[in-house]
Amino acid sequence: MNTKSSISKFVVDAKNLATRELNEKIREAIRDGHKQIDIQNVSGQRYIAAGIQELIDIEIFGVPGNDLGVFMDGSKVVVHGNAQDATGNTMNSGEIIIHGDVGDITGMSARGGKIFIQKNAGYRTGVHLKEYQGLRPIIVIGGTAQDFLGEYMAGGVIIMLGLNLKGGIHNADYVGTGMHGGSIILSGDVRGIGREVEVQQLDQEDNRLVEHSVQEYSKHFGCKVDEILGSKFKKLKPVSTRPYGNLYSY
Amino acid sequence: MMIITHNGHIIAIRYIYVFQFFNSSEIKLSESARQLVNKPLKSVQRQNNPYKDEKVIDSCSIFGMMDQNKKLFAGNDIIEASASMNQRANGLGSGYAVYGLYPKYWNNYAFHIMYDDKEALDWGSKFIESNFDIIFDEEIPMDIHGIHKHVPIMRRYFTNIDLDNLDEIKEDEYLVNKCLEMNTSGKGAYVFSSGKNMGVFKGVGWPQEIAKIFRLDEYKGYLWLSHSRFPTNSRAWWGGAHPFAHLESTVVHNGEISSYGTNRRFLEMKGYRCTFQTDTEIFALALDYLQRKHQLPVEIIAKIFAPPLWKDIEKMSESERNLLRRLRITYDKLLMNGPFSIIFANHGLMVGLADRLKLRPIIAARRKDMLLLSSEEAAIIKILPDIDDVHHPKGGEPVIARCHEGFAS
Repeated sequence: MNTKSSISKFVVDAKNLATRELNEKIREAIRDGHKQIDIQNVSGQRYIAAGIQELIDIEIFGVPGNDLGVFMDGSKVVVHGNAQDATGNTMNSGEIIIHGDVGDITGMSARGGKIFIQKNAGYRTGVHLKEYQGLRPIIVIGGTAQDFLGEYMAGGVIIMLGLNLKGGIHNADYVGTGMHGGSIILSGDVRGIGREVEVQQLDQEDNRLVEHSVQEYSKHFGCKVDEILGSKFKKLKPVSTRPYGNLYSY
Repeated sequence: MMIITHNGHIIAIRYIYVFQFFNSSEIKLSESARQLVNKPLKSVQRQNNPYKDEKVIDSCSIFGMMDQNKKLFAGNDIIEASASMNQRANGLGSGYAVYGLYPKYWNNYAFHIMYDDKEALDWGSKFIESNFDIIFDEEIPMDIHGIHKHVPIMRRYFTNIDLDNLDEIKEDEYLVNKCLEMNTSGKGAYVFSSGKNMGVFKGVGWPQEIAKIFRLDEYKGYLWLSHSRFPTNSRAWWGGAHPFAHLESTVVHNGEISSYGTNRRFLEMKGYRCTFQTDTEIFALALDYLQRKHQLPVEIIAKIFAPPLWKDIEKMSESERNLLRRLRITYDKLLMNGPFSIIFANHGLMVGLADRLKLRPIIAARRKDMLLLSSEEAAIIKILPDIDDVHHPKGGEPVIARCHEGFAS
């Protein structure tokens, strides 16, 4: 391995590259020992950083396509712009930081890792988040999200800060529908919650997690930490770990 | 059906079924069309993926752009945007709708017709000639150099409707009937579009391929729609590509209509026929029914296609609640169930709409007077990197783009 290249930053121009061509270049750079990769002019290429198990810093300039960071295991991806649908799909560990909005089903079925969204998220954010032993996925949304936030959630944490929220009410309805594990912590009210969840107060551990997450959010995007932590948070928890346990039995 | 409101008013709702029995609801197909239709699909894997690893990435892409000042622009941007979303499609259908492309014949009905063979062409041309005054007609200019597939005959006719032919029937009604006659004739003639100063170009192929075949770089329009197809549960043939047009309105669609049977039966009872073997056609027919026959604004039509849930209707203010209740009851057979995002257009109007649970993507953007709708944000940024505003529409909430007033078509 070339030790010189392992410290230098590798820059890829994604202009006119197909999804597979771009991902091949990224993997080639990783094989060559690069630990930092900048991808310029990204325009809709999918599966960026898919399944990468090395610890790489990837910076994306432009709009990455669907399934950014799918199955990713340990890397850090920073997007300078908006991201599209299914960001962090089934992610195992690592970090995705988006300086903008994301599309729908962000963090779908993620099993670990962190996703920070500076602004707003689309529909079904955190659908079927999981957790297992030491792995616990965390999604932090700076702004607001749409319906079915945390749908069928089986573990993990979603924290929604509601910054710049107009009227103090998130548009999201059916929050936590089908939820049977994990928790959703949010500032502000939502239009409606699923019948499988109840509203609770934050306990000490939750408070520590929120404080830590807001500090991290501030580190990425800059914000007034004290002001945010001073706002009132509440927690949605599932009432049962098996809400449909009796559905098909007599 | 009648509903009595709390203050005693009686709202009569047009909800009368007229049961008509059609002798043959099946569409007659010519022998050559039958071959085209029954031909097995090419290997989807191979079409989609040159790496032969049998991975199929499915879904369609839709794109629309409109200049609010009706300034004409070339199609290269929308072709590029549509082609940039190739990974959503598999090359089995693409198409474009262009508004404002025939300034010379702006007041003539412009027919774009596909023919299966020479025989169909002769029949179709005679049919048009005997029912319309043809001002000018020609083969649609095509570039099939390097295209190794069957390309059907395409002809366009610029026509007037001879008023003597009309005995108390409206011009648009006459036009609709004649198009239907052609499409259901079984002769192998299919009307792709028939509106004034607009046209639909579509076929089996990738977006850039269809654009090349129809030489779209030679046209200018103020409103363009495009579609790239991944056929899921209907066959890939030239008539089944999007956009679908009915009079001057066109529609492109990503998703599927689970309520197709219900919608189709309702529309057939109103005298419509489905002739293109694809669920999207329902949108075009339903739009005609609601927009032209019932004179409903698009804001209302969006609430018919994708109505709010009853739970949400109950929470609304009284007037809003009454309106939406009436809409859901009156037009329940035109509720489009299932995952979809669509863009529909007419002269001076472009509307984007996703289903109420937002199961298919749609993004809106603006740059000065240019309004854009797309399946993916990346496709917009690709052609206009410096857009002013991006908007993620909510499910069931239409994005309505209108041309500025005072710009006549």
